[in-house]
Amino acid sequence: MDFQAVNDDNISILLNDLLEIYGYDFNEYSKASLKRRINRLFTLDKFPSFAEMRYTVRTNPEYLKRFIEEITVNVTEMFRDPSFYRVLRETVLPTLGTYPFIRIWHAGCSTGEEVYSMAILLQEANLFHKSLLYATDINPGVLERASKGLFPLSHMKGHSEKYIQSGGKKDFSSYYSANYDLAKFNSELSSKMIFSTHNLVSDHSFNEFQLIICRNVLIYFDKDLQAKVFKLFEQSLDNLGYLALGSKETLRFSSVAPNFKQLGKEKIWRKMA
Amino acid sequence: MSAAKGLVIIGGSAGSLDAIIQLLAGLKNRHVPPIIIVLHRKTGDDSTLAELLSIKSPVPVKEADEKDPIRSDTIYIAPADYHLLVEQDHTISLDYSEKINYSRPSIDISFQTAAEAYGKSLTAILLSGANADGTEGLKAVKACGGRVIIQNPATAEVAYMPQHALEKAGADLVLNANEIPMVI
Repeated sequence: MDFQAVNDDNISILLNDLLEIYGYDFNEYSKASLKRRINRLFTLDKFPSFAEMRYTVRTNPEYLKRFIEEITVNVTEMFRDPSFYRVLRETVLPTLGTYPFIRIWHAGCSTGEEVYSMAILLQEANLFHKSLLYATDINPGVLERASKGLFPLSHMKGHSEKYIQSGGKKDFSSYYSANYDLAKFNSELSSKMIFSTHNLVSDHSFNEFQLIICRNVLIYFDKDLQAKVFKLFEQSLDNLGYLALGSKETLRFSSVAPNFKQLGKEKIWRKMA
Repeated sequence: MSAAKGLVIIGGSAGSLDAIIQLLAGLKNRHVPPIIIVLHRKTGDDSTLAELLSIKSPVPVKEADEKDPIRSDTIYIAPADYHLLVEQDHTISLDYSEKINYSRPSIDISFQTAAEAYGKSLTAILLSGANADGTEGLKAVKACGGRVIIQNPATAEVAYMPQHALEKAGADLVLNANEIPMVI
């Protein structure tokens, strides 16, 4: 059944083009979400026909950037799921604090709200000076925005409430200065961040980490791709390192699960072997 | 009125909780097709709705997890703050994209993807609410040959959502909450 402008056959054609011309492989993404986002973009950009959309994607590298950014989901916020951040504060960071150096990988960081949340936690735990935050995403555009540390001022009230629920004791507004309708986060926070494109589908491990955070990224992948990414994370984690997933994601059914132990009911696992 | 085959999907907003509880209680202890419930609510403690409904329901209730296979005799609740999508292979996907009609989960998204995956064997039911969500989804259900049931706006706690859908999408049946179990 198909009532949408861009149908299943069209989507296979597009995905093939992306792989052949640009090397982006979306074949193992969850189909329903991908189809919805492509149709949303088709309407948004007012294409007269699928052929026109296909032609633009194939021939216009500038448009391709927009296309990839719009078909992937780039919705994120600071201190999302405050109870998760509370466990980071109270359990994970004190353990990481015993190491001489802390490397954290935010995989699929999008516009960076979670990376800034982590930098704030590290500062408050007095661990910031010996930490490095690697923030990667498939979209160069979102990384550029993330590196600037500029976020809509209108979101700050919500972020501030979650910061407090996560156990934050400071005045949240001390972390940014208001600049018209944007909040500019203190540049000290981004001084320990390294932004780089990385495609979880095709790129390899690039370092060893004590903590990998990848929240609400795997929900868009099918089971085979999830399994590959879990392997990649396992290879990229130090022994006794932590892996943190989104509130509806789980390591439980994956082949690497026996090598990990879950921390209570939060979606945080520790590599044990 | 005949019993549903395939998948039953229910969308509700303000004032629909009582209708859902009535509806679930009316299922008694018989075999039912898989049922997905998409309910707008405040984000917050996630699992409480599934817990509440499992106390009231004779059929097992679970909060939907991503990749869950859709099985009969099971009621799946869309988790707070995620969109729930139905895949062609009859599994569930979750999605944290932009809110639609100020809502996440969005009833439209769940109805549209379920319509594509289940076609004629889908029954979509829209209940009470103060939002326009659901109408576009019901249009898709119709386009794919599924069955559309709308709660009677005259007896719904908040008439706006079912009334809006009735005017813009139309329904195969308009029923009071206590009559809906008969068609599941």
